[in-house]
Amino acid sequence: MNVEIIVAIILISYLRTSSLTYEVPLRWKKTLKWGLIVSITVWILDVSTLLGDVFGKVLSILLVGAVIYAILRFKELDKGRQLVFAWLPLLLLSLIIEVVEFIFPQFYKRWDDYFLLAIFCAIAWGIAMWINNNRQRKALEREKIKSLAREQEFKATEQMKIMLERQVRERTSALTQQKEELEKTLEELKSTQAQLIHAEKMASLGELTAGIAHEIQNPLNFVNNFSEVSSELLDEMKEELQKGDIEEVKVLVEDIKLNLEKINHHGKRADAIVKGMLMHSRNNSEEKSLTDINALAEEYLRLSYHGLRAKDKSFNASFKLDLHPDLPSINIVPQDIGRVFLNLINNAFYAVNQQAKNLQEKGIQDYTPKVEVATALYSDHGRGNVMITIRDNGIGIPQAIKAKIFQPFFTTKPTGEGTGLGLSLSYDIIKAHGGNLEVGHNDSNDQFNAEIGLEESCRGTVFTITLPYDNI
Amino acid sequence: MKILIVDDEKDVETLFRQKFRKEIKTGNLELVFAFSGREALDILEESNPPKVMYMFSDINMPGMSGLELLEEVKARYPELQVSMISAYGDQENHDKAMDSGATGFFTKPIDFESLKKEINNLLQ
Repeated sequence: MNVEIIVAIILISYLRTSSLTYEVPLRWKKTLKWGLIVSITVWILDVSTLLGDVFGKVLSILLVGAVIYAILRFKELDKGRQLVFAWLPLLLLSLIIEVVEFIFPQFYKRWDDYFLLAIFCAIAWGIAMWINNNRQRKALEREKIKSLAREQEFKATEQMKIMLERQVRERTSALTQQKEELEKTLEELKSTQAQLIHAEKMASLGELTAGIAHEIQNPLNFVNNFSEVSSELLDEMKEELQKGDIEEVKVLVEDIKLNLEKINHHGKRADAIVKGMLMHSRNNSEEKSLTDINALAEEYLRLSYHGLRAKDKSFNASFKLDLHPDLPSINIVPQDIGRVFLNLINNAFYAVNQQAKNLQEKGIQDYTPKVEVATALYSDHGRGNVMITIRDNGIGIPQAIKAKIFQPFFTTKPTGEGTGLGLSLSYDIIKAHGGNLEVGHNDSNDQFNAEIGLEESCRGTVFTITLPYDNI
Repeated sequence: MKILIVDDEKDVETLFRQKFRKEIKTGNLELVFAFSGREALDILEESNPPKVMYMFSDINMPGMSGLELLEEVKARYPELQVSMISAYGDQENHDKAMDSGATGFFTKPIDFESLKKEINNLLQ
């Protein structure tokens, strides 16, 4: 039996089969193919006894030897090594038996059965090794599959990581850009706010100027008129002196003296107004000084009234001052509190003017626009407070927007008429003085309101300022 | 002759009394003063027809304005002559006053010369 050629065929076939753990080396493909063809040809010729017995055997041994040599010699054919060890005993045994048979035919014949048994053992060994090898290979393949899967997973993770990193980079740059844009917007908003605050200041200054012009004009007229008339009286006095009517001269002297007092009074009045205007327009003077709230309220009520009168000829309203006679002077920044007064009083006049227009459209007569500024003292938990109320019977503030009126830029006036900063600035100023600014409905339920059936929220507004006077 | 002067500035009274000192002294002129439109109407109501012959009124007053007073007075006493005095010598006020039947329109500061002339014309 020619075992060698069969082993050679098995080995070559095995080497030619690719698997997960083994790829047929490229440079061996051709060799292996021709090896197989040659081996099969030899085997067929051997079986058909066309080759000589010895020649076939030698050819087979050479072939299997070459294959084994290649497997042991070249690393890339390492896969076959296990199989070589599986079939090596069979090959060696076969060789020994051939040699023994050739040299000692007697001996061979005598131990014939034992040699056959040994051959079977070697075959069994080969098969066992083969199966074992296969199993090991399968396990290896499983491992390989697992590691491949892991590798793939790792690759996927890597890819995901790269993707995520890219996304993070993109988001970071987008966010940075956004942040920069927002910072820029914030800067712009800040400067706009500063501009608006300045505009609000200038607007209230503009409102003041008209009032101030009128307020100054009046005392100046008196100064001029009284000085002129005094001069006339002096001429008369000269005449009386010539006539010798001393009694009349005495009367004239009294009159002139009175006139000089009037001139002085009105001069001082104009002076105070100019000073007040300067204080109002001054930007950074934030010094507190002991201030007579009654005088301040009166001054700004008049300024507001005359300012609005000067601006709008059709405007008219009656105003009333109800001042507490024993109000202590309190330590405040007069131009700041003055601005609050001006703002609130202007609003009140605006509201009554609107109400007058509304009611006129509805054909309702007899509406008397009224703005009232009152001061009072009250004690809250032992703290002394000066309370200033500005009450009007104007259009009122709807409940829905009451919460918003102190917000910056909130305004109900048409665009361009109000900055929406008046009340918010007023609120800040009062808070900075440790006081409080509250808004409520005018609850006075007079006959007029009852007759025309105005809702409570449309009967007017009361703003109440409280300023503590004992702890500033 | 009785003249009513309406102005919310109280010093106007002193001023007018001194300016028309001579006329008052001779008894030719009697001045009465009101410090609001309401007060002016009260004074005019004291007798019917009113003894006042001429009324000068400021326009810019709190409460009832001079223009409202003018309309009211002209409605009640069409014969009474009324002139307006305003701190704002603008056309709008002037036209409104004239439309409502004002005799004259003076701007502040008051030109007493022309005022005197106007009153002297009446006295004659």
